[in-house]
Amino acid sequence: MAEVEETLKRIQGQKGVQGIIIVNAEGIPIKTTLDNSSTVQYAGLIHQLVMKARTTVRDIDPQNDLTFLRVRSKKNEIMIAPDKDYFLIVIQNPSD
Amino acid sequence: MGAGGLNTKGRHTQLGSGYLSCTSAFSGSPQPQPCGKALMQATGEMRAIIMQSHPNDILPLTLTSATQELFGCRCDEDVTGDNPYKILRKEDIVQDMRMRAAVSDFSPMKQLVLDYPEDELLLVYDRDFIYGSSFYLVLTADAKERHLKVIEVALEREPSEVFAAQKTSEPQPWISLGSEQEIEEESVTDSRPRLKYRISRVRREFGAPIFFSDRNAMETKDGFIECTPYQDKNFSLKQMERHTGVQTIPNLKSSSTQTQWTYPRSMCTQYEPREFSEEKKENCLQSEKLKNFVNSVASRFEIAIQQNEIMDVFFDDWKALSEEDSGYGRKADPHLKEYQSFTDLHFSKEKTISNINWHPTINGVIAVAVTERLSFEDRINGSTKLLLNPSLILFWSFSDPINPQLLLECPDDVFSFEFCPSDPNIIVGGCMNGQVVLWDISTHVEQLQGTHKRENETPVVRYCAVSGIENGHKAPITDIQWLPGTFEVSRMGVPMENKNGICVQIVTCAPDCCVMFWDIRAPRVLQTMADQRKQKVEEKPLENPHGVPNTFKHLDLTWKPLIRVQHISYCKTRLQLVLSTTFCPQDGELVYTDWKLEKDNDSGRLFSAKPSHRFIIHDGQVNTVRRSPFFKDIILTVGGWTFAIWKEGVTNGPIIQSSCSQKKCTVGYWSQSRPAVLFIGKEDGNIDVWDLLEKTHEPSQTQNITATQITCIKPWIVSSKQHLLAVSDHLGTLHILEIPWTLRSPSSNEKLSMSKYFEKEVDRLVYFEKRREMRAKEKKDYEAEELRKKTYLIKRPVIFIIEK
Repeated sequence: MAEVEETLKRIQGQKGVQGIIIVNAEGIPIKTTLDNSSTVQYAGLIHQLVMKARTTVRDIDPQNDLTFLRVRSKKNEIMIAPDKDYFLIVIQNPSD
Repeated sequence: MGAGGLNTKGRHTQLGSGYLSCTSAFSGSPQPQPCGKALMQATGEMRAIIMQSHPNDILPLTLTSATQELFGCRCDEDVTGDNPYKILRKEDIVQDMRMRAAVSDFSPMKQLVLDYPEDELLLVYDRDFIYGSSFYLVLTADAKERHLKVIEVALEREPSEVFAAQKTSEPQPWISLGSEQEIEEESVTDSRPRLKYRISRVRREFGAPIFFSDRNAMETKDGFIECTPYQDKNFSLKQMERHTGVQTIPNLKSSSTQTQWTYPRSMCTQYEPREFSEEKKENCLQSEKLKNFVNSVASRFEIAIQQNEIMDVFFDDWKALSEEDSGYGRKADPHLKEYQSFTDLHFSKEKTISNINWHPTINGVIAVAVTERLSFEDRINGSTKLLLNPSLILFWSFSDPINPQLLLECPDDVFSFEFCPSDPNIIVGGCMNGQVVLWDISTHVEQLQGTHKRENETPVVRYCAVSGIENGHKAPITDIQWLPGTFEVSRMGVPMENKNGICVQIVTCAPDCCVMFWDIRAPRVLQTMADQRKQKVEEKPLENPHGVPNTFKHLDLTWKPLIRVQHISYCKTRLQLVLSTTFCPQDGELVYTDWKLEKDNDSGRLFSAKPSHRFIIHDGQVNTVRRSPFFKDIILTVGGWTFAIWKEGVTNGPIIQSSCSQKKCTVGYWSQSRPAVLFIGKEDGNIDVWDLLEKTHEPSQTQNITATQITCIKPWIVSSKQHLLAVSDHLGTLHILEIPWTLRSPSSNEKLSMSKYFEKEVDRLVYFEKRREMRAKEKKDYEAEELRKKTYLIKRPVIFIIEK
């Protein structure tokens, strides 16, 4: 538990990171540094996106799998690392 | 006649010729009873007694003489002792029974008769009353046969004798029985002698020519005999066989259904996201899986995040490169190029242009207000002449530099006018005598657009509405402004939302210490309160600030927050907005006031609040107050020999103030496309272009446009490639200049840089203020210290040692 906390703190401490969310495989947030409404919104939307991306990658090559997804927008960048049971979402504002 | 048994069937025999026989029979089963019963029913005890004494198949009965006659069996006449047998037909008996019912003699034995199978019954005359009656009826066929055999035997004896006798008969004479009559009838004989006729014709008619003539058969009755056809039934054939084809078709049935319309009901669904409870979250967090996951994933994230920090991979270097390069070695001329100039010999001779306005929608049309360039004294002296010369607003079009397109007639010299933002056909102007004038040029719009062929004469449009002299300002209206379409101010000065979206209100200001709000709608819609003379309200529509100071006498408001009455019928309306406005009075003072109308509890009159801030910056009359089109809270003021930039909210002073220039600044305007550029017009006809990001101590370029003072500058964006600057001078000439590329295209992040610059300046001001305070405090402390020291020092002698 402490390890997890430490790692998350390290990531959070990087420059420009706005928030971190840990979501389980069904899209229910487990841990977050943002407020509840944003968390819930991010979790729901990104879960769908990750599922779509993952199926896309696997459709093209069944041996392949999604390891990392970065969505860059005008204002910030959303980085998602999926796993079998969880995924971790980090929102960063790179231009600052 | 033996005792008969019971016979089941009867037999029918025929005797000789002419005799009918009938037999009787019993039906089916031996039934002695019915016979007995019938007899019992019959009248007479004698019968009953007799029953036992006669055989079963014989039924004695008595026949009345009527019956005897009827059936032809009269005693001793038809039937005798020698010939006692009489054959009776069953049908006759039945008929008799029917006809005479109970009276009939046969009625007792009705059933027996009916049962008798054969058609003929034998009736025997019993002369000797063997069986008790004069007759008896033979009931069975056997009995009948026996009887008849007896008869035959009896008869046979006789016919043989008769037959033998006939053999030797001799021819008798023929007895006519009437048959010869028939023969006679059949034979054909002449009933009368035959008639003879002789026909002859006149001799001369033989061989005569024959003349045929026509005769219509219909003329005479019976002229023709017709043989009309008729259907001979002998030949009507009935078709016994017929060849027909049969086709099967699908059975079509049209039907319809109607869905039942149930009334719609609004439904809603509320969903909320699934969330874990706290314990669940804790469980998850503690699990091993999560730990492993986070560990494995963290490294990827760190790489990614650091990547972002190091450089922005999506930054377009090529594009950025081109922009920076533009500043260098550009052959393009940074000067304002003269595009066109307008002057009218007839209308703007001896006059000056007081205000310019581009037409908001029609390209290439610009309106200028020409006024007399006379001082006040000259005006009074030459007032009669002035009356003859009407004041005008000229409309110029780029297509025709010599003749103005349209003239608007004004009651007096117009110092400021504006197009209505929501309807460019409405123009409002403020006159020198304090009146507010409205024009409507919708009839001439086509001409302005150039689609209409122009006549030789420039059309003149008279003002359609003007405020009353007593209602308007008492001084020339120096500024006039439309309230933006989203705004509306109520009577009490409370700004409200204007639902129409069209501009309906105008603000005017004049040096008579008044700011007036005017409404162009019908009075009942919005009646604002009577004007408050002493109130100076500043209102600040979101475009340009203008304000009218209220507490000052000499207000020369060059900006527009003037209240103006639009129509003569309207009373002056003054509206006060809660927005604060700035305005500048004549003597170089800038006053910043809040709008609200407050009620004075004592007198009950409404008055506006005192101005919140006053600044004296400019050395001369402030003639320009303008907001920056890019920053909502940055204001430019031009007056005297300097210009200043202010930020709303910063009450210490202007954040930027220029140094005094050689010549007076007459007018200023922000550039429409570059946040850092402004144009200042000078009294010697120069235009200074200031680029605040380049240098702030002097204008980045100066260009001479005309020989006299510049009265108005208005830039306009025609297209992205063409930005024009309209400059008017004191001689009445309107110059249109083209803004070069350097002055119109903003550099990258110009706005950001400017805002940072302003912030820096604000910080500087704040710092200076702080320092001032600090200094003041220090000074005070120092003085206090000095005082203390002095008192202290007095006690001690001071020795001065002077060394050579």
